[in-house]
Amino acid sequence: MVAHAQIVPKKRHPLLAFAARWLFTTNHKEIGTLYLCLSFLLFFIAGSMAMFMRLELFEPGIQFVDPLFYNQLLTLHGLVMVFGAVMPAFVGLANWLIPMMIGAPDMALPRLNNFSFWILPFAFTLLLSSLFMEGGAPNFGWTFYAPLSTTYGPPSTDFFILGVHLMGISSIMGAINIIVTIVNLRAPGMTYMKMPMFVWTWLITAFLLIMVMPVLAGVVTMMLTDRHFGTSFFDAAGGGDPVLFQHIFWFFGHPEVYIMILPGFGIASQIIPTFARKKLFGYHSMVYATLAIAVLSFVVWGHHMFTTGMPLFAELFIMYATMLIAVPTGVKVFNWIATMWRGSMTFETPMLFAIAFVMMFTIGGFSGLMLALVPADIQYHDTYFVVAHFHYVLYPGAIFGTMGAVYYWLPKWCGHMVDERLGKLHFWCATFAVNLTFFPMHFTGLAGMPRRVPDYSLQFADFNMVSSIGAWLLGLTQILFLYIVVKTIRGGEKATAQVWEGAEGLEWTIPSPAPLHTFETPPVIAQDHGH
Amino acid sequence: MSSRAKNRHVLLLLGLAAGMFGFAFALVPLYDILCDITGINGKPALQAALHEEIEASESAIDREVTIQFLAKAARGMPWEFRPLENKMTVRPGEMNRVMFYVRNRSNHSVTGQAVPSISPGQAALYFKKIECFCFEQQELAAGGEMEIGVSFFVDVDMPAKINELTLSYTMFRVGDVEHEHLISHFEAERDDT
Repeated sequence: MVAHAQIVPKKRHPLLAFAARWLFTTNHKEIGTLYLCLSFLLFFIAGSMAMFMRLELFEPGIQFVDPLFYNQLLTLHGLVMVFGAVMPAFVGLANWLIPMMIGAPDMALPRLNNFSFWILPFAFTLLLSSLFMEGGAPNFGWTFYAPLSTTYGPPSTDFFILGVHLMGISSIMGAINIIVTIVNLRAPGMTYMKMPMFVWTWLITAFLLIMVMPVLAGVVTMMLTDRHFGTSFFDAAGGGDPVLFQHIFWFFGHPEVYIMILPGFGIASQIIPTFARKKLFGYHSMVYATLAIAVLSFVVWGHHMFTTGMPLFAELFIMYATMLIAVPTGVKVFNWIATMWRGSMTFETPMLFAIAFVMMFTIGGFSGLMLALVPADIQYHDTYFVVAHFHYVLYPGAIFGTMGAVYYWLPKWCGHMVDERLGKLHFWCATFAVNLTFFPMHFTGLAGMPRRVPDYSLQFADFNMVSSIGAWLLGLTQILFLYIVVKTIRGGEKATAQVWEGAEGLEWTIPSPAPLHTFETPPVIAQDHGH
Repeated sequence: MSSRAKNRHVLLLLGLAAGMFGFAFALVPLYDILCDITGINGKPALQAALHEEIEASESAIDREVTIQFLAKAARGMPWEFRPLENKMTVRPGEMNRVMFYVRNRSNHSVTGQAVPSISPGQAALYFKKIECFCFEQQELAAGGEMEIGVSFFVDVDMPAKINELTLSYTMFRVGDVEHEHLISHFEAERDDT
């Protein structure tokens, strides 16, 4: 340390110094900020694609968007939201919070951490640049089923494949870093069963990532060799099978949807006890329920494929296994309700988002149960009912969870309290708009409107108009969110170290804003601390 | 924290990731084996039935099964391909033969390979071929035509609930498709001018 202090820093251009600071940073808080900023940017890019789609769907007929371009929009909307908005946001939260929550000075592998982040801008440049290429961007949906993506894919599909490879490398390295940090860097006395729920859910999510992202890498590699190197993994002419693609894809894809929700469960489990001023009800059962969900996620991928002509025994097994997931999920929901039961509840913005998360995620869970029933699924398959289902678990689930987390921890990050009035305005507008957008989709879906179409029959016109108005309102409210975040970072009421009256945990023992380096000497964990 | 423990954990997790990458590729043969055993994707066997199987089912039983035949040429395959009979009613255990007609509509020689499929998929296990054009490739000169046949029988063990099945063939082009595509494209242009 002394030797460092004696080195006279060379004078650099301030812009260069700024770029170098963020390019070469190995600090978990700065990398967390980078992740969150990137995911916010990509959230707006993918969201604006949804705005164009809702514009086209405002009325029946083709008005504004060419159908071929519509397909590109819906593909990129899905891919960018999944891999660019939701996943990096959760990784950003993990970077900021996990070391502070377990009393570690930083992530275990700081340089790898920097590398995992800086791959991502390149991955998304590759993916989004395909919009400007001859033949257009990928147009086969985010599930990129063969042969749409192999035999019939546009030339830009290869950019998509390499982009996915880069995202996969980034996620796997990020997940390895998180696991190694949690296993090795916990402060003395911080046993596994004393870890905050957010850390637990991320530990399990990281294992899911390491187990399924390589499978995604495998399937896009097979696509690449099918397209250019004469293999026939998915081509019946050469002895392959396009249904095999769906099996491999959903072996990745189903655990992937839990990757997008488990950290959200962790966030709700941090926020609700704070504002109910009680300890989390059923901490142990919460841990085991998360584990059970993760294990079950590996045996239910077939429920995305009930209409491919599966044998009856497979359909039955997958149907019951899928419905079984409702049990650990129900344990979680009842634990959150029991935490609130007879608590001294107050309803600050993060709490509102957490309660909305519990309620509306449950609605999405229930429509998921309906989709799990084979005979019903054959009816609902590829309709707007599916779109309603997964937007209910992702928007009020994953995204409201992330927003709640931002409202909850932002005072810790920047040292200023959020303007409660604006936060509540944002919350109520977003909640109204999210339901206005996605609830009618249940009805259009049950009435038979297929998904991924730019045009539709006249009988779906009213509900689609409502959905479109809701979607634009939802888009506008997120601009308000951006304004609130920027305003809070720039100034506001000073936050105390504890920030929220009922907040417990190591991150609330350090001053706000959190200094760049924390817990360089491990904190002492009180013996009675924990659950 | 010892950095040795950290390195060991990183290596273990990298190994897990590499293993899962391999697992994705292992799913390919696993899928084929599973489909072979159960016959669930309608992929019938691509070899002739065994001698014992033929002997075992020599006595035809008194039950009728209707078989429909479908044939189509895949995209980019310039052949006419159709069955000579659309439908046939057979008795399980009895030998049958059905003929298909192929004609090369292009002005150059083309090689084709037919891929069979049976629906319902469950019936694939009980549909036995003794000899089939789909066991080998066919080559047709420009404008050439021929009749090709399948000899088959339906296994007497086929579940009673299946009394109708469809045998469909898709004829795929074999060889350097893109190269031939270009040739035919240029030839078409030359013919136009």
